[in-house]
Amino acid sequence: MKALRRLGFRTVNGIAHLGRLTVFVGDIGNNVVRPPWRFRRLVDEIFDVGVLSLVIVCLSGATVGAVLGLQGYVTLSRFGAEGSLGAVVGLSLVRELGPVLTALLVTGRAGSAMAAGIATMVTTEQIDGLRMMSIDPIDYVVKPKALAMLLAMPMLNALFILFALFGGYLVGVGLLGVDGGTYVSSMENAITFEDDIAGTLLKSAIFGALVGMIATYRGYTSEPTSAGVSASTTGTVVTGSVAVLLFDYVITALWGV
Amino acid sequence: MQPSPVRDLIVGLFVALGLAAIAYLSIRVGGVGYGTPGGLLLYATFDEVGGLKPRAPVAVAGVTVGQVRTIGLDDLLRARVSLDVDADLHLPVDSSAAIRTQGLLGDQFIALEPGGEDDLLAGGDEIQYTESAISIERLIGKFVHNSGIESE
Repeated sequence: MKALRRLGFRTVNGIAHLGRLTVFVGDIGNNVVRPPWRFRRLVDEIFDVGVLSLVIVCLSGATVGAVLGLQGYVTLSRFGAEGSLGAVVGLSLVRELGPVLTALLVTGRAGSAMAAGIATMVTTEQIDGLRMMSIDPIDYVVKPKALAMLLAMPMLNALFILFALFGGYLVGVGLLGVDGGTYVSSMENAITFEDDIAGTLLKSAIFGALVGMIATYRGYTSEPTSAGVSASTTGTVVTGSVAVLLFDYVITALWGV
Repeated sequence: MQPSPVRDLIVGLFVALGLAAIAYLSIRVGGVGYGTPGGLLLYATFDEVGGLKPRAPVAVAGVTVGQVRTIGLDDLLRARVSLDVDADLHLPVDSSAAIRTQGLLGDQFIALEPGGEDDLLAGGDEIQYTESAISIERLIGKFVHNSGIESE
């Protein structure tokens, strides 16, 4: 009986969360399309999300590319098809690994910090302070953060892929002796703009919107205690990562990218 | 946060870098706008193109001189391929086009064999002599059939 009651509570609570999230996102969207633009705040947030994630994204990209080159080479050389290494590395990076890994990294690096930042503002009553000065906290705090995530994600994704392609080239051509021209031309023949590059940009933009939304929502609705701050940070990373992987499947199934 | 000119500069650099990476991926890797205006557009009709794909390379004597633009069907249900090659390529009118494979399992490409005529192919011309892709399955089928080992 008690378990049943808890299940009912959880279900109703989950649906209520979904409703609040929808209103929250609508509120952000409403503020995005109307002045004031808060351009100065946006630049600061892009610094936090984009520039500070740059090192980890580029480093991970190069490592992932190098590992892909190594793994791909071992499998392909069994069939004497080392010439297709560029296509294998390039396609798997552009279509799947680039957007998904970038989104997971940014969720861990910037999404958690974003949620913790807003949750701390809730706890220390800074959000209430803003409201008292009749400054809408959604407009001043939340909107620039969510927008910065949406804008920075495709750029970080493109940089991740570039560094990974470079890492794969370094291992495949430099270390394992695949012909450089074959590597590059098989990659360029396999990847097309309409199917692959447009798809990767679309994916990372959707992931950016998703992570920005979840991080700001979890921070904004956190309990005003120190336990609440830590819960909202953990919740952001868990929910964000699962949402990214889930949406990756949905996007791939819908549009085949 | 206090406004800081240095941070603005760094954010500007980051945005420029990100946009440059997107542009590089689109143009170099994705191949947007490869067809430079003034490139020579040629047509060739094949009975069978096999696994030829748009953007496959076009080569003369193994040197890449262009790429496949489009692959479609003509009125007689044969494969019509348009090729985009360098404009300064002097190809005689009796040149031939063949679909070849890079290595045993590699991608397919179009090999152009220059002919001996004095007249040159101009933009929009059709390459008369073509050689279709070799289908290994069909070859094996023919071989099995000719040896008299037919299945019941």
